[in-house]
Amino acid sequence: MSELIAESITKSFADKQILQNVSFTVKEGEFVALLGPSGSGKSTIFHLIGGMSRPDEGTFSLDGKDITGQRGMISYTPQNPSLFPWRTIIQNVVLGAEIQKKPDYQTAQEMLEKAGLKGYENAYPYQLSGGMQQRVAFVRALLSPQDFICLDEPFSALDEFTRLEMQQWLLNIWQENKKSILFVTHNIEEALYLADRLLILSNNPATIKYDFSLPFVRPRDENLFLTEEFLQWKRKIYQALQENNHIPS
Amino acid sequence: MFFAIPNWLLPAPTDIFHEAVNGWDSYAHHLLSTSNLAVVGFVIGVSVGLVVSISLHLLPSVRQAVYPLLILSQNIPIIVLAPLLVIWFGFGVLPKIIIITLVCFFPIVVATLDGFRQTSPDLMHYMRMAGASKSQLFRKLEIPHALPSIFSGLKIAATYSVMGAVISEWLGANKGIGVYMTLAQSSFRTDRVFVAIVFIMILCLIFFAIIIGLEKVMLKGRRGKDE
Ligand SMILES: Nc1ncnc2c1ncn2[C@@H]1O[C@H](COP(=O)(O)OP(=O)(O)O)[C@@H](O)[C@H]1O
Ligand SMILES: [Mg+2]
Repeated sequence: MSELIAESITKSFADKQILQNVSFTVKEGEFVALLGPSGSGKSTIFHLIGGMSRPDEGTFSLDGKDITGQRGMISYTPQNPSLFPWRTIIQNVVLGAEIQKKPDYQTAQEMLEKAGLKGYENAYPYQLSGGMQQRVAFVRALLSPQDFICLDEPFSALDEFTRLEMQQWLLNIWQENKKSILFVTHNIEEALYLADRLLILSNNPATIKYDFSLPFVRPRDENLFLTEEFLQWKRKIYQALQENNHIPS
Repeated sequence: MFFAIPNWLLPAPTDIFHEAVNGWDSYAHHLLSTSNLAVVGFVIGVSVGLVVSISLHLLPSVRQAVYPLLILSQNIPIIVLAPLLVIWFGFGVLPKIIIITLVCFFPIVVATLDGFRQTSPDLMHYMRMAGASKSQLFRKLEIPHALPSIFSGLKIAATYSVMGAVISEWLGANKGIGVYMTLAQSSFRTDRVFVAIVFIMILCLIFFAIIIGLEKVMLKGRRGKDE
């Protein structure tokens, strides 16, 4: 069980307003993408959900419980992998669990194998490629006891080929685990390919401009990118983003 | 000409070597005494230094007030306090331990606090989001992050401790390499002075090697700076 509701979130830094009345819901087992231009306040939304600071107005609730300003309620993958350089891969993936309770190395081992990281359990992060490090960070989020996962542009630093591979991998893993995911990205194709629902954030200050439900059936694979339906959606989203991008006078 | 230099001014390496071999019985106990002194002083100085730096780290307001003073006091050669300590505490072991503690203390405090200060903000952010408590942050992130820096401090402190021990012995003691050196000097046994210098260097190197060995074990698997 994990349903996140953000209600009328408003946040300013100094005298600059970043978020204006942001409301959305992520239902149980749902994959929701949050799409917005760089600097629009996507990471800020995560930091607020994670309790790094409190919103000026509004509340977050998880399964009906108010979690505004509370830390440790969600599992989270930051924009860069943030692996601990002195921990081996297996020690890294259990960290989220370790903070909350006793870590389960057996499950961790199995999950690493599923993530294609077998044989790297005792390697150190610097010995892994960027894509592998992102996978480790994501496995760490999956192994954390919280059922709600926030992913902050996990693939934006990867090259095109690795990214495609990772997206496919993420879908497979998610289909097995069915945790609720809120996925932040500034890549239209990525959002369309992965998500059940797509939220579009406007700029300056950010608010939820559109909330699209995507019709693509699962399981999905790369052929989806070439379908007419996908291209039409891409155009639609592109236009929706363009509307935002006028410079405010 | 070089060979005209008298032996009491600059003894031949062979003479020094002979003295080192034949005189072992006359200086072995001095060597042991100095090593003991240096080790005890080092352990106390490092312990006090670690406790102080961890306390300062956990009390940021106190640290802000004290840190500039610590840096400033680093510029005072601690050794100049030695005569004062002898006046206050006599010629026993206490003033010597205090001197060594003082010379070991500052490199440890400065290195440890620097290590804490440079904790990666990204990792800090992750830990906070994951709901880590203050004590978890400290044990799982700040301490391991500061370890390489702490080891730099330990290496400096290790060599300082030998130096501190010898100098404190110069000021008055009944045994130790410092005493052996002073006696050799006043009787113009330059070969013995050289033997003492060589052994002080060896002692420093051994201390240094022990710390490096410990570092290798504790920081196993960490990426070296040149990789
Ligand atoms: N702690 C902070 N203090 C001041 N300004 C901030 C802070 N965090 C973010 N901002 C500002 O908020 C805006 C949105 O940042 P961010 O949420 O990181 O954007 P995104 O993740 O969408 O690229 C940026 O203009 C950034 O400068
Ligand atoms: Mg961001």
